[in-house]
Amino acid sequence: MQEIKNYTMNFGPQHPAAHGVLRLVLEMDGETIVRADPHIGLLHRATEKLAESKPFNQSIGYMDRLDYVSMMCNEHAYVRAIESLLGVEAPERAQWIRTMFDEITRILNHLMWVGSNALDLGAMAVFLYAFREREELMDCYEAVSGARMHATYYRPGGVYRDLPEVMPKYGESKWHKGKDLERRNAWRGGSMLDFLDAFCADFPRRVDEYEELLTNNRIWKQRTVDIGIVSPEQALAWGMSGPMLRGSGVEWDLRKKQPYAKYADVDFDIPVGVKGDCYDRYLVRVEEMRQSNRIIKQCVDWLRANPGPVMVRNYKVAPPSRVEMKDDMEALIHHFKLFTEGYSVPAGETYSAVEAPKGEFGIYLVSDGANKPFRLKCRAPSFVHLSSMDAIVRGHMLPDVVAMIGTYDVVFGEVDR
Amino acid sequence: MNRVTSYLKSLMLLELLAGLGLTFKYLWRPKYTVRYPMEHIPKSNRFRGLHALRRYPNGEERCIACKLCEAVCPALAITIDSAPREDGTRRTTRYDIDLFKCIFCGFCEESCPVDSIVETSIHEYHFEKRGENVVTKPQLLAIGDRFEKEIAAARAQDAAFR
Repeated sequence: MQEIKNYTMNFGPQHPAAHGVLRLVLEMDGETIVRADPHIGLLHRATEKLAESKPFNQSIGYMDRLDYVSMMCNEHAYVRAIESLLGVEAPERAQWIRTMFDEITRILNHLMWVGSNALDLGAMAVFLYAFREREELMDCYEAVSGARMHATYYRPGGVYRDLPEVMPKYGESKWHKGKDLERRNAWRGGSMLDFLDAFCADFPRRVDEYEELLTNNRIWKQRTVDIGIVSPEQALAWGMSGPMLRGSGVEWDLRKKQPYAKYADVDFDIPVGVKGDCYDRYLVRVEEMRQSNRIIKQCVDWLRANPGPVMVRNYKVAPPSRVEMKDDMEALIHHFKLFTEGYSVPAGETYSAVEAPKGEFGIYLVSDGANKPFRLKCRAPSFVHLSSMDAIVRGHMLPDVVAMIGTYDVVFGEVDR
Repeated sequence: MNRVTSYLKSLMLLELLAGLGLTFKYLWRPKYTVRYPMEHIPKSNRFRGLHALRRYPNGEERCIACKLCEAVCPALAITIDSAPREDGTRRTTRYDIDLFKCIFCGFCEESCPVDSIVETSIHEYHFEKRGENVVTKPQLLAIGDRFEKEIAAARAQDAAFR
């Protein structure tokens, strides 16, 4: 009889289910995985090195592009690192805005995840429903910062601008006019907070819809239940965080354990899984969307009641307002200094982490007292999770690798940096 | 008994039908999509799109070649040369923005002390030839002249926030 040998095959880097540019070298025994070897680095952009050559503020925009589906969370980690070295604290309203936008980002990320993971596993419709809500939240991103994704909105010492008083509206056209147009613009009559209020009231119903499509669906369950089980010990040993860790039943969430911004003041629960398989992680993420929605609602209520500054009035760190800059010589000098040289950060090192949608996203920042970081290191959750790929998928079938990559929620912007 | 009911439920494909029911329900709902490019989705007045150089109402260009935008640009997309004009004022002789390098962060607009360089709400543009990605000073001024009304209106709306 002819002897059948293991053979090696490439999964990606151009495979649509590889979520970007993951190249997995799989050693297969028939359809069973014997060894999985992730090759990374195809999206390497040297963000960490680039940051060493620019004044601190200029790298904020590059933080967006690390994990390009949870933009503001990355910015948050970066500006928190700078703030802790500078000893500056953002005004309370800015902290609430950050909390709110972190949660908006979490919903954005989980929507993207639930849509694309379902798409990978053969369910087309969820993607379309999820992207409908993503669109509305991206409108919030755009209304507040001017860009739908790469916001560059958080700054050391606060956020760039306060929330807008108006939401942009749909225009009239041949196809949408009169009553129909009114229906489209129903939420957009007031300020951004009114819009978010309407969104929060409606969102749980939309999550129910995704759940109706997936949670009990037998095909979905066949593809996810008992696939890629990560035991709590394994999860801790591999340094997992976020939904990967909570899916295995470890109740660990930086928002609760080391509260930053205003997480200590908002009421929310952290869901944990039982078994640690793909299905549990799916349920954890869906529940996180509901909890994020609760947090956003609380932030909206607070922000409505408490107007105030969103940026520190310290011209050594944050530029003066435009009116002031044009009137006052002193302010103009500060403006010029800040936009050319930036500010110098006292020598020292710091690690600041936030609970990004994918897990613990941290920035380790070393300053030598100059106006640029001496060294910047990103602790990217996707990178850490991806390293456990081999241990988890060994013994699974080839289609389960797709389910596993999906449930890791890897984004190559931050794996390769 | 429990096993029998769950078996029956499974046989009747209830959960699959519920999912299909949702799709069916949406068949009768108004559509969420827009007919791009005839229609557009709402666009904020803070939108950061294609750049433009503005002029004062008397036609004089605003830019004074202070080079703040060049200094602050994280992507090094802006190149400026300057020289005194015949009347002795300092002006740019060259103002190039490489749109392939630009990351549309809006720092140039933030830094400009005379509101000259702005990011307009134009997001639909294209290049046909190699090299057209570098927009030059006359092109930027032309964009500014053409859309001055919209640019000024958007800045006025947002003035209180900056």
